[in-house]
Amino acid sequence: MIYRESGQFKTSYRADQAIFPIPQDRYALFALLAFAFIAVPLGANDYWLGSILIPFLILSLAALGLNILTGYCGQLSLGSAAFMAVGAYAAYNFQLRLPELPLLLDFLLAGLVAAAVGIVFGVPSLRIKGFYLAVATLAAQFFIEWALTKFGWFSNHSASGVISPQPMTILGYTLTTQADKYLLVLGIVSVLALLAKNLVRSATGRAWMAVRDMDVAAEVIGIRILHTKLLAFAVSSFYCGVAGALWAFAYLGTVDAQAFDLNRSFQILFMVIIGGVGSILGSFLGAAFIVLLPILLNLLGHLFGGAVRQDVLSNLELITFGALIIFFLIVEPHGLARLWQITKEKLRLWPFPH
Amino acid sequence: MTATSRNIGSTLLDVRNITLRFGGVKALTDISLAVREHEICSIIGPNGAGKSSMLNVINGVYHPQEGQITYRGVPRRRMKAHEAARQGIARTFQNIALFKGMSVLDNLMTGRNLMMKTSFIQQALRWGAAEREELEHREKVERIIDFLEIQSVRKTPVGRLPYGLQKRVELGRALAAEPSLLLLDEPMAGMNLEEKEDMCRFVLDVNDEFGTTIVLIEHDMGVVMDISDHVVVLDYGKKIGDGAPGEVRNNPEVIAAYLGTSH
Repeated sequence: MIYRESGQFKTSYRADQAIFPIPQDRYALFALLAFAFIAVPLGANDYWLGSILIPFLILSLAALGLNILTGYCGQLSLGSAAFMAVGAYAAYNFQLRLPELPLLLDFLLAGLVAAAVGIVFGVPSLRIKGFYLAVATLAAQFFIEWALTKFGWFSNHSASGVISPQPMTILGYTLTTQADKYLLVLGIVSVLALLAKNLVRSATGRAWMAVRDMDVAAEVIGIRILHTKLLAFAVSSFYCGVAGALWAFAYLGTVDAQAFDLNRSFQILFMVIIGGVGSILGSFLGAAFIVLLPILLNLLGHLFGGAVRQDVLSNLELITFGALIIFFLIVEPHGLARLWQITKEKLRLWPFPH
Repeated sequence: MTATSRNIGSTLLDVRNITLRFGGVKALTDISLAVREHEICSIIGPNGAGKSSMLNVINGVYHPQEGQITYRGVPRRRMKAHEAARQGIARTFQNIALFKGMSVLDNLMTGRNLMMKTSFIQQALRWGAAEREELEHREKVERIIDFLEIQSVRKTPVGRLPYGLQKRVELGRALAAEPSLLLLDEPMAGMNLEEKEDMCRFVLDVNDEFGTTIVLIEHDMGVVMDISDHVVVLDYGKKIGDGAPGEVRNNPEVIAAYLGTSH
């Protein structure tokens, strides 16, 4: 009832293939974007922008990258954080050594460097699959972390191995406030999300999914398996690389290789699993769940937990968080995105049963 | 319908002295067969006779140790599966090999991936050429959807479709590639009579309307004898019969393979 689409007829394939074929969805997205681009930077304080929304958006981007590889192409990876690290260190070095390059080009090049590294570590995927591939990508995780710490050149020989990028400047305007940084991150994430969506509904995305679902059949209809898998590794690592660069430049400001350790890789993988494997929206929902829910629980704890001791309270938060993860995975193993899709399908008919 | 009215042409596929071994096991021994343009050729034989292996050799999944395959006058010894696809050979599988997570429409569109020329960057931007290409191919795919009468399920993930429809979608995916040679591995296995009749009609229509050459493996002798121009019989990896359905039916070796002989 609420979500009525009767009377909406599509008369062209173009209309049928739109990202949001139903106008209500389209308006909702425009409203959300307007809210995120206009209302949030005006209304939110620095804590919300700098400590919650910026990391949420950046991790969404990394989850999106991993989702392209794992969700769409079916190649399990535990090296996402390593590719983020490559992006962060590459952007830092481009800014340091080629200061005449504009900042956005630094990010783009950083993404490309991460993509190249991703291709190298993607080569084993031709021979090994599933959990075995995940273990092979661990090599990327450990090797890159080690290399960035071991060779001083990457961190410009800083004694502690820490990199501190210069302030971000775009067209002579230096981004100083959290709102500026938030808008930059939001802009990059929005554009890259749109590109990813286009990619997965094109021939490239279909080739990825074909390799994921049935690789022999994919080869028989003319898809080159190695090429397809390596492209997925490249695009995925590009997204992770850009996310890593933003992590260093827009969020932390000072970062070392340990910020991109195996825990981060797992965190991104959990986002993908909880949000929805093979869903662009799921990457955002998963990141929201992992980043925002603990904060929400913390707030609730402080609101209602006046009588409980502080250490008990923080443990209670962790317990609730874990329980919620299990709850959502039991309710819908295909993730929050699928849950949302089912809700929409139900709303089309509600309150009627059929 | 006589053979001449369907304009059966010269040899399209010529398989010569193929031998395929897996370790010490000979799956195919010295097999030769020829398929002419626009004909329907059936490969029959008891289980384990090497029928599926034969198809796998033709479209490059298996690489025979000996022998030569000439397709459209070009001889080759070995070929990768995606190269065979590029030459216009499409196939379906005995156990359905659809892309389960994708919709019917996407499965069929994937069948046309080979013909899509835009780069992934253009596709990411979905500007101009990439979108035009996508819409053009969508139109071609919709024609196949109409032809196979699966309009109502075009947006359904194939995993949720019943078996008979999945078989039909798989045929659709092979057709989407506009093949000149279509290999069908047991297209009617596990179907009821009505579904079989539908499938026969589609196979004959494909052959008739698009002029596609078809090589099919089938166990239902009624179907085979009815629709084939040419039947090849394999047993234990050897060819024991080859000819028009009538000839093959009366071939003593074929009868022996199917019914057994008294010793």
